[in-house]
Amino acid sequence: MNAVQRLFGFHGGVKPAYNKEAATGLPIAVAPTPTLLVIPLHQSIGGIPRPLVKAGDRVLKGQRIGGADGNVSSAVHASTSGTVVAVEMRLMPHTSGLSALCVVIEPDGRDEWIPRQPFDFRSATPTQTRDYLRDTGVVGLGGAVFPSYLKLNPGKLGKLHTLVLNGAECEPFITCDDLLMRERAETIIKGTLIMREMLSAGQVLIGIEDNKPQAIAAMEVAAQAANAAAGDSSIKVVPVPTRYPAGGAKQLMRVLTGIEVPHGKRSTDYGLQCFNVGTAYAIYEAIALGQPLISRIVTVAGNVERARNYEVLLGTPMRDLVALCGPLPDTDRVIMGGPMMGLLMPNDEVPVVKAANCVLVGSRKLFPPPPPEMPCIRCGECAKVCPSDLQPFEMYWFSRAKIFGKAQEYNLFDCIECGCCAYVCPSRIPLVDYYRFAKSEIWARELENEAADVARERYEFRLLREEREKQEKAAKLAAKTAAGREKAAAALAEVEQPAVTPEQDAKKALIAAALERARVQKAQAHPENTSNLTPQQQAEVEAIEARRAEIREMAKPHLRQDD
Amino acid sequence: MTRQDRDLLVNNSPYFLQPASVQSVMLRVLVALLPGIAAYVWFFGAAILVQILLASVTALAAEAVMLKLRGKPLMMFLGDGSALVTAWLIALTFPSIAPWWLTVFGTLLAIVVAKHLYGGLGQNPFNPAMVAFALMIVAYPLLMSQWPGVDATDFAGQWEAIFGSRQLDAMTMATPLDALRTVLRDPEQRAVIAGLLGKHATFGNVGGRGWEWIAAGYALGGLYLLQQRIITWHMPVAFLATLFAVSGAFALYEPDRFAGPGFQLFTGGAMLAAFFIVTDPVSGATTPRGKLIFAGAAAVLTWIIRTFGAYPDGIAFAVLLMNIAAPLIDMYTQPPVFGHKDKRGDSP
Repeated sequence: MNAVQRLFGFHGGVKPAYNKEAATGLPIAVAPTPTLLVIPLHQSIGGIPRPLVKAGDRVLKGQRIGGADGNVSSAVHASTSGTVVAVEMRLMPHTSGLSALCVVIEPDGRDEWIPRQPFDFRSATPTQTRDYLRDTGVVGLGGAVFPSYLKLNPGKLGKLHTLVLNGAECEPFITCDDLLMRERAETIIKGTLIMREMLSAGQVLIGIEDNKPQAIAAMEVAAQAANAAAGDSSIKVVPVPTRYPAGGAKQLMRVLTGIEVPHGKRSTDYGLQCFNVGTAYAIYEAIALGQPLISRIVTVAGNVERARNYEVLLGTPMRDLVALCGPLPDTDRVIMGGPMMGLLMPNDEVPVVKAANCVLVGSRKLFPPPPPEMPCIRCGECAKVCPSDLQPFEMYWFSRAKIFGKAQEYNLFDCIECGCCAYVCPSRIPLVDYYRFAKSEIWARELENEAADVARERYEFRLLREEREKQEKAAKLAAKTAAGREKAAAALAEVEQPAVTPEQDAKKALIAAALERARVQKAQAHPENTSNLTPQQQAEVEAIEARRAEIREMAKPHLRQDD
Repeated sequence: MTRQDRDLLVNNSPYFLQPASVQSVMLRVLVALLPGIAAYVWFFGAAILVQILLASVTALAAEAVMLKLRGKPLMMFLGDGSALVTAWLIALTFPSIAPWWLTVFGTLLAIVVAKHLYGGLGQNPFNPAMVAFALMIVAYPLLMSQWPGVDATDFAGQWEAIFGSRQLDAMTMATPLDALRTVLRDPEQRAVIAGLLGKHATFGNVGGRGWEWIAAGYALGGLYLLQQRIITWHMPVAFLATLFAVSGAFALYEPDRFAGPGFQLFTGGAMLAAFFIVTDPVSGATTPRGKLIFAGAAAVLTWIIRTFGAYPDGIAFAVLLMNIAAPLIDMYTQPPVFGHKDKRGDSP
């Protein structure tokens, strides 16, 4: 049996009302396929996948409909078989109320899969594995949706000492990981073993908040079975104290190993990597079953009669899901995620995406509007609860005053926006809003600075070019005059035959040198980078141009509408 | 749900908040002052209640006028209780038989000048109650040092002192700290301080007679604030421990010149300062190490002022001096953030 794991704890945190019981009474149910699936192409951190289908195409379940674009990006797939009815701009599940390109699929009810084959990652090169995981669309399902293939790399150390599996699930109301662990522990462990092998990781620590005894028990059984099969005890299930945000990746890694991964550093540099339990499950499905990520477990809770967890096809409208649970009459909002960090949805028609661990149904009664904001009295409550050990009131002070440099000095970007500070503030200051504001202002300014840098470089280049042209002209002129003089001199010489003075020699040499310089400069004038292309490159350029035109064409009517 | 409805909601997480408010913080501070006030009434009569009432009414009126002038929502701020805390602290630090206008004037200075002219709640660099005390003791040193004698609890006489036109010298006496100074400066009376305790109208068993019980009341209230997590241990512990250490060291060195730690802690406003005054978050340091430095330095200054200064009851000056230093202390005592606590964090 496991020795007692030493725990390290983290600074701060809060204990809000957890409200988890409502949705844990019933097993995970499969949500029915909706009449229309709206699948946003942009469902992960990074580049927006390019559409691979067009209206009228028939697609199969698991067929790639959006191809990863760039180094950080992840593919998206058709959640069921059917017909693409449109590739168009649709409202995104985001507070901003912005639209983005979505593939709209009308399911045909046959639920016909693409051919599925397990992926033999052991005999594949790292690049092949990377591409495979990117193309199966596996991303972090804890909510951050970071492409998993980027994290399944042991980094510069070549191997890790610990793989942390995050089953803490600290946000109130959310129970999707809890239920997944209770019901599918074995599959999670199988996925974990795959990830461990890819990462050459030593031990596996599975952190679960101690308010989930059933999940802990189920995972313990599965872990012991795996340990027994391997003849070691390298997989440990570790109950961690229930305190929000224990499920923050950095907080959990600290609790389990005592290692603090600083902001902006890779955890692999410290021999660690952390994945959500849902991601481990998705990895197993992708590698062992050949199934791309097309569904996820979603908790539907809050202001509903029957809170429950559903296995939901990505692209299912949230309204359909909420309807299954009987929303109460005073329902006035839908939140994606939990009450501490969730995003308010622009309406309830937006689709379930990979980031949607919870569809939280709200009402004015459940989440009453806060009393008016009072001035900060520097009581320090926020600093007491900050899991990043920040001084939130100082950051607030400077963010509010728009002294962003100072806000950064107080480590604004170490803030994980967990909301603990705002939760305890006796002055009811929406502190996190101030930090979001300051961060976005700083980003905007950095972009502006970059643009200014580019403009300055261009300007400097122009000056340089003008100067060069001037020199060239001068050189040409000098050459002409020199030629004229030489002729005259030659004529004179014929008459007088004077001795050539050393000064004249030097002058001639100078002129020759200038001529040579001008010639070389001319030869060096840069050719355009589109000339002298290989046929292959030319074809690529054309393909890209065609794609651009296509996207422009698709986006056109909607852009006009949005005006 | 319509778009308009949505805009009326909270737009960003977190969507629910812990039930906490400035008002509840301030009210609990007032509650914490009650044991000390009870002891005050027991030993020195009900005059203190009159002063508390005077200061409270003045503070609320001044707060209302200033909020109106500044165009701030009246009820929201008037109900926050911060003006009441200032008022009570003024009443408790001024002599309880001071003429009414002294308290009113002091309170006006605190609320109008020290608080609102600096930007109101949360913006004042100096502790308003201490500003009032410091200004009034400089302006009216005589009135500010006429304290009621122990057991002179005749309310009619006290009423006359507060609202009457003449001074009632018969019932006033110096504070224990003032008395001690006089005793120590008189070569003929020089004696070991321990010998004074219990044998003098002004001195009690540990500190000032009566005052030691009030101090105990404040300490009790302070423990309540600690239990309620309104204050952290840093300030009271640093203040009291430093005062104990410094006065203890000097008393050991020359017991007939320096009062011992027990006396220092249980006379004057030491307990009040430790739990209620240096702990004012607005004007004090806020980082854990900063709090220790702030309160420790305030204690050293308090001891120096008490021992060598012109105003033996001069904690206010110590606090105000430290208020000036608070931003600097905070700047240099920022705790390391997550992941930057050791070298391993900086360079993997």
